[in-house]
Amino acid sequence: MSALEAVLLTVITASTPLLLAAIGELVTERSGVLNLGVEGMMVMGAVAGFAAAYTTGSAALGVVAAVGAGIAMSLLFAFLTQTLVTNQVATGLALTLFGLGLSGLIGEGFTGLPGVKLTPIHVPGLSDLPLLGPVLFGQDLLVYASLALTALVAWVLSRTRLGLVIRATGGNHHSAHALGYRVIAVRYGCIAFGGLCSGLAGGYLSLAYTPLWIENMSAGRGWIALALVVFSTWAPRRVAVGAYLFGTVWIMGLYVQGIGIGIPSQLLSSLPYLVTIAALVVISGNRLLTKVNTPACIGQTFVPDR
Amino acid sequence: MRLWLEQRPERSRAMSVISPLIAIALTVIAGAIIFAASGLDPLRALFIYFVEPVTTLWSIEELIVKTAPLVLIGVGLAVCFRANIWNIGAEGQLTVGAIAGASVPILAPHWDSFLVLPLMLLLGTLGGMAWAAVPALLRNRFGVNEILTSLMLVYVAQYLLDWLVRGPWRDPGGYNFPESIEFQAWQSLPTLGAGRVHLGALLALIAVALLFVFMARTLKGFEIRVSGEAPRAAAFGGFSRSRTVWLCFGISGGLAGLAGICEVAGPVGQLQPSISPGYGFIAIIVAFLGRLNPVVVLLAGLVLGISYLGGESAQIVLGISGKTTQVFQGMLLFFILACDTLIRYRLRFGRRPGAGTAGAEQAP
Repeated sequence: MSALEAVLLTVITASTPLLLAAIGELVTERSGVLNLGVEGMMVMGAVAGFAAAYTTGSAALGVVAAVGAGIAMSLLFAFLTQTLVTNQVATGLALTLFGLGLSGLIGEGFTGLPGVKLTPIHVPGLSDLPLLGPVLFGQDLLVYASLALTALVAWVLSRTRLGLVIRATGGNHHSAHALGYRVIAVRYGCIAFGGLCSGLAGGYLSLAYTPLWIENMSAGRGWIALALVVFSTWAPRRVAVGAYLFGTVWIMGLYVQGIGIGIPSQLLSSLPYLVTIAALVVISGNRLLTKVNTPACIGQTFVPDR
Repeated sequence: MRLWLEQRPERSRAMSVISPLIAIALTVIAGAIIFAASGLDPLRALFIYFVEPVTTLWSIEELIVKTAPLVLIGVGLAVCFRANIWNIGAEGQLTVGAIAGASVPILAPHWDSFLVLPLMLLLGTLGGMAWAAVPALLRNRFGVNEILTSLMLVYVAQYLLDWLVRGPWRDPGGYNFPESIEFQAWQSLPTLGAGRVHLGALLALIAVALLFVFMARTLKGFEIRVSGEAPRAAAFGGFSRSRTVWLCFGISGGLAGLAGICEVAGPVGQLQPSISPGYGFIAIIVAFLGRLNPVVVLLAGLVLGISYLGGESAQIVLGISGKTTQVFQGMLLFFILACDTLIRYRLRFGRRPGAGTAGAEQAP
């Protein structure tokens, strides 16, 4: 395996969880809901995925469990913010605090155990090509799922009636309601989709990225995914670009640490967070781009008037 | 049967008093269910968790030690959240405050003067403020969402601390442990009484009193409340939003930094890779349980303090995981937020009356 190939492979594995979580949150935010609980849903997905795969020995069941955990967490958020109209920012924070605690509790018995790794697919012939083979045709299914989901979201949001309804709900919930669309139901659906994706992202961490359970293993990736959505100005294609950019930064830090030049490892480890802040500054400085695309109703509660 | 909300004609005063109590009660009930499900006697477990921490003098002192940082940070966050400004990076501001304050005893270990401690507290506060100034500046100058930047800076602050205690500030005589030198008596907070309660508790009380007067009696406090509740009115009133952002981040960051230096100059006694069990995050719950009111935050701090202490004793006595504490704390915040809905709405079950038949007005 050449060095370039190794770098490309690790960049893909570092970018996939970011892309999965961000594309889900993008749909949630497009419907006008800000769910700051991505980190909590992700870490619950990670522990559920690991636990299920370890107990049953099947990585596929692990993925199912991760998705289930993510959706369950997101429905808790949906019930509070949509049915009980609680403050979305505070509820999202609560979801993250709760998820980090509960995952730690569940995962206590699984710390240090060897996990089940999601096996990469193998296309005879194609996967054996030099360089491109393993990079393009030798990934596990979740990598392809993340790209397919991105394409699907892009298509649904821009080309279908459903996408129009979602965007209308996020743009002006009173108008969408007046037109007869069930704002709360649409938002429940979009929040659950966000939970599904975050759960997948968490499952990817504990089943493919490092097939282990480590407490707080999401390590702020949920927050970076949230930042990616802002960075992409709510456009699915740019989310994919952003996720791969951040994945690259994450991996470069590790590689430079490995080479061992005199930069403190802590500085390299904090690089993804610093780059996130820098990226937010750059993109938010462009008021036109952000103002035009920000869902107008984001974060606002909606109570239907009969 | 469906659950729906009916808006009350006005905010219920009774509910705004009892909703936090309902939230605590629901958390306790949920706790009992969890204990019962894990095969423990729920009543005994609840007693050990929530009552025993306040039964002996020793544990009450320990409770005050845990509550002081929660109140210091929580009261600052309450001011912030009142203005609808979301500083969720208090844990990072706490860390940088601790670093800044600890620079005095670490860089000048032999300087023995009555000035050392005040200087440490001052630098701690300024350190927290400086760390909080970054999200404030980015928000005002570039319109960057302060939630994400303040949170990202928590990670950066923790790596900074980690680098310092493993690198330049490591105790040369410390057998290579990642710790700074231990602080001497004149570099540590004086204790109040014979136990472990230190000056930080007094500082927390002072902060509560000052911020109560500030929010209730001063024009700036009024500006903060208006800019949170009615941003348009605040703009028409000529209140500067960016000044409010600076002020709120300054107050909350400074208090978080003060809490940080009080921890390392108090119970911890030196710099270590980990100096806080998530006080900066749990203070968010304290602020909400305290209904964003400085005086009530004091009581809320005690409740969360008990949860830390009860978690520790339950770990020892019952052998349950220390993670249970975090789960309880997260659940408590869910219940607080859900119960706050009762202040403005009534819960209704069954079919919603059809269009035009009910007289309830449109939600804002």
